[in-house]
Amino acid sequence: MTAIAQQSSAAARPQASLRRSFALAALNKRFLFSLIVFLLIVIFGFLGPIILGRDTPLVTVGGLYDKPSADAWLGTDNFGRDVFTQLMYGIRTSLIIGLIAGGVATSLGLLIGTVAGFLGGLVEELLIAITNVVITIPSIVILILLFIAINTRSIVVMGVIIGITSWPWTARAVRAQASSLKTREHVDIARLSGAGTLSLIISEIIPFMLSYVVMAFVLQLSSGILQEAALSMLGLGPSGNVSLGIMLQWALLWESVRTGAWWAFVPPTLFLTLIAFSLLLLQSSIDEIFNPRLRRN
Amino acid sequence: MTRFQRYLLNKVLWFLVAFAAALVFNFLLIRLIPGNPVDAMVQRMSAGGNTSGEAMQRIYRAYMTEFGLDKPLWRQFLIYLGNLAHGDLGASFRQYPTPVLQLIKQALPWTIALQLPAIVIGWIVGNVLGVLVAYKKGWLDKVLFPASLFVSTMPFYCLSIILVYLLAVVWRVFPASGGYSFSMAPGWNWNFVASAAQHYVLPFASLMLVFIGGQAIGMRAMSVYELDADYVRYSRSLGVKDNRIVSYIFRNGMLPQITGLALSIGGMVSGALITEIVFSYPGIGFLLFGAIRNEDYPVVQGITLLIMIAVLLANFLVEIAYGFIDPRIRASETGER
Repeated sequence: MTAIAQQSSAAARPQASLRRSFALAALNKRFLFSLIVFLLIVIFGFLGPIILGRDTPLVTVGGLYDKPSADAWLGTDNFGRDVFTQLMYGIRTSLIIGLIAGGVATSLGLLIGTVAGFLGGLVEELLIAITNVVITIPSIVILILLFIAINTRSIVVMGVIIGITSWPWTARAVRAQASSLKTREHVDIARLSGAGTLSLIISEIIPFMLSYVVMAFVLQLSSGILQEAALSMLGLGPSGNVSLGIMLQWALLWESVRTGAWWAFVPPTLFLTLIAFSLLLLQSSIDEIFNPRLRRN
Repeated sequence: MTRFQRYLLNKVLWFLVAFAAALVFNFLLIRLIPGNPVDAMVQRMSAGGNTSGEAMQRIYRAYMTEFGLDKPLWRQFLIYLGNLAHGDLGASFRQYPTPVLQLIKQALPWTIALQLPAIVIGWIVGNVLGVLVAYKKGWLDKVLFPASLFVSTMPFYCLSIILVYLLAVVWRVFPASGGYSFSMAPGWNWNFVASAAQHYVLPFASLMLVFIGGQAIGMRAMSVYELDADYVRYSRSLGVKDNRIVSYIFRNGMLPQITGLALSIGGMVSGALITEIVFSYPGIGFLLFGAIRNEDYPVVQGITLLIMIAVLLANFLVEIAYGFIDPRIRASETGER
């Protein structure tokens, strides 16, 4: 009887703390601010082109680096294309790549980390070994070599590959948490009541790491976007697409900085910074919400 | 063999495994190119029409034998390893037959001269600021913390671009591009050094500022935890001077920061790739950028190998140093508790 009571209270714990966390989230100003900034950027990139009826960012509407005007709100780029339209599409491409990369990296890290931490033994040793090797090899090198080898780089392929190269940190942290969680009483109780390994992992381990997983995803999203930008500036961006990094690459190659065509490079620079800043703020405020030690009054 | 020696041996083995994996990646990934790299290169050259058919044939044959591309993959890998053992990274496609090693040797000093001082000075200034801000709190914290947070989240090349535009284009205080004036040839004379110094300021400042911001934030977080420690309260109640306490905190927060410093130095080569592109600075990043645009695979491969070796070595040295410095690791590894 007490066992059942304990089990239900244990199962109730994550939900209750989650609910409390949502209440705190609503009160946390930094959380709300960063979330709203990020959502506005998302809306601008995804709904902007639809609302304003801009079908494609790749049509020529003017000359080389035309100044901002009533027609082209942010002027034109080196090929005479509308910068404002490009900005919306660029944000969209960058966000999609970041979301895919973040999703892939977080899922891989979560999968490898929980399996290693929960199963233990030889599997754990092996997975830790792989993680330790992958973690020391700089991902930018793998990305450069792979992207040179791939001739046409689609948005999805870029996102997936960036994700595949950035899971180790998440896996390492998740493994540590999973291996400490598995010794907790509520897991023993669930195991005694006949739960299988998979259901133990899903209902007794993962819910307790949810806050960490969310934070990891936010960070991976941000680093995925920045990785894409860096690769695009090296000339290895998604082919046939506009992303924030590709806009910067063109702006640099065609000397917009040195000729003073600020409208070509300031918008992508500004939005990359804004995305990175809002996501970091979001991550640290989520940390504050879930981690009582960091909570200010 | 003592347990400490076993710890060292263990780390050496790990380093070798990671190094082997890095070599395999560096060898294999570039061979995923459809066809083979020489085909792609020769096709591009003939499309450009800047080399005669005979010369092309010669280059083609030279490369097929040099890489042994007609041989099975495992033989190719052995050839690759053999060449590496002799310090031979192959010859550049673009500037045939200049050895890749020579191109890297020309570019590397620029990258090191740009990055090393930026990292070291940024590290020192950032850490001191971090402790001060955590300890003094007040207006300093309110101004410096958000400022460094913003600067350090800003992708470093974004800061570079803004600095170039403001200080080199709008106000024309510094030159906008290059490592030295285009009219000069590199050499150790006064004019050249002066020109190089002038070109140095902006890329250096943009890298250092970002580094200061990141370090300050890390050190502040460490110090905030340390401030709660008993030894700080005790020292305060004894009336120990502020500067003294700050130095205690500094020493205790140092260990992870030293790791960070070593890893940044290891990541130095890859750290400034984009900054160098923004400034057209004649270092490794700029070389890589050109090599990617020209599909100069041997150069790309040489640079990626360099980056990997630097990062792996730094990781390895940090692990070894930790074994010596951190009393907790030393105790658990040698069993002296």
